[in-house]
Amino acid sequence: MSAAHTPRPRIAVVGAAAAGLAAAEGLRRLGWDGEITLVGDEPHPPYDRPPLSKHVLSGSWEPERTALRDAGQLTELGLDLRLGTRAVAYDPERRALTLGDAGRTVLRCAGVIVATGVLPRTLPGGDGVEGVHVLRTLDDALALRRRLATPGRRLAVVGGGVLGAEAAAVARALGHQVTLVGTEDTVMGRVLGPEVGRLLADVHRAQGVTLRSGQAVTGIRAEAGRATGVVLANGTVVEADDVLLAIGSVPAVDWLRGPGAEAVGLDLSDGLRCDEFCAAAPGLYGAGDVARWYHPGLGRELRIEHRMNASEQGLAAARNLLAELDPERFGERRPFTPVPYFWSDQYDLKLQAHGVLAGADRTEVRVLGKDPLRLAALYGTAGRATGILTIGLPPRRTRSLRALIATPAPWPEAITGLTETVEA
Amino acid sequence: MQITIDEAKCCGAGQCVLVAPEVFDQRDEDGIVVLLDATPDAGQHAAVREAATICPAAAIQVRE
Repeated sequence: MSAAHTPRPRIAVVGAAAAGLAAAEGLRRLGWDGEITLVGDEPHPPYDRPPLSKHVLSGSWEPERTALRDAGQLTELGLDLRLGTRAVAYDPERRALTLGDAGRTVLRCAGVIVATGVLPRTLPGGDGVEGVHVLRTLDDALALRRRLATPGRRLAVVGGGVLGAEAAAVARALGHQVTLVGTEDTVMGRVLGPEVGRLLADVHRAQGVTLRSGQAVTGIRAEAGRATGVVLANGTVVEADDVLLAIGSVPAVDWLRGPGAEAVGLDLSDGLRCDEFCAAAPGLYGAGDVARWYHPGLGRELRIEHRMNASEQGLAAARNLLAELDPERFGERRPFTPVPYFWSDQYDLKLQAHGVLAGADRTEVRVLGKDPLRLAALYGTAGRATGILTIGLPPRRTRSLRALIATPAPWPEAITGLTETVEA
Repeated sequence: MQITIDEAKCCGAGQCVLVAPEVFDQRDEDGIVVLLDATPDAGQHAAVREAATICPAAAIQVRE
């Protein structure tokens, strides 16, 4: 390709995982023929994260299998792909993106899509200690997998959310001694509610996982640079050879901070605050785990760290950025009003959730079987059903339940629908 | 357009069935995707591309 005399207009997508890839692909598919710069801080081409705590950790998939596109497909997109490169600053008024490469390259952009995701939280005393893990990147997963390749290890998983639960299930299935340490006596209880959370905790106990609840983890215990356990708030120690910190994450927005962000009023208090079009400022859009946006259908802000939202929002941000830049060609912007979805695999159980479950003020759980666990649950807020969860239900029934919350139904009507569906 | 699916990746979300019900279905027992039409006609292409993009397990590949 020869350099054009008039530079082609450029859209930069910052973050090269699921959301960033969907945005870049969406831009091309919708007809953007300018430059697309895709910036990723990891050295790997775009890959999929959900398998990391499942097939990759268990050793059943080699890392190549997580690739989201092959080399040929990436080439076809005609990207200016900058892997192993971090974006370090953005000036929204000049639309100038600064990269952390050797030359501190500054790219002038027509628009920017932020898809930088989240960074795992850590604990004091864990930095540089052998045997202390987080699980966010492919390299993280491979590091923990190498440790679990030695039989009979003692693994302490800190955090009873979806990531901790999946990793505990994998490590237990590999035969390791697993302790799940959390403040609550539930597994995934914060999202799924206490009743389902206790049932899931029972599942893990029945599989041989030790649950230690009621005490916050305050630090890592280490000897000679190697982890030997985690310290609880009351001073007791859970002995371990390896410690997985699965205690949540923080949106990767620090690089956006600065006078430029303040001048246009960017709100970075819990991710990049976006409007219903996924726009944070003129020419600046957010997508995926990092984006907190206003969902007009639900009348509230959401920030969703689930895989499907990454792709859906990446595509929506691409479409709306193009519509802002050239409405005559790309049409009107459209509000982003998805029905969120996530799933989790633990042992032989598959959990499927549609809609919004976290923060519900009411739940209705119908347990259909305990061995194996089978259930359907409805989650509601302010008199309307907003989310459903199924474990071990046939797909057609799960889809019927989804219809109850796709447009949030009044709670009593949804309860009737739940009863009809589970009794069908 | 040529669609291929990777059953081992499929998580049974059923999002593809919601977006393109003439092209995708799910097995009753475990929800794994069933490809009804591997070479759908042009009228289905936009829906199929969207299904491939949003598939949370990246189990749908589209070649054009």
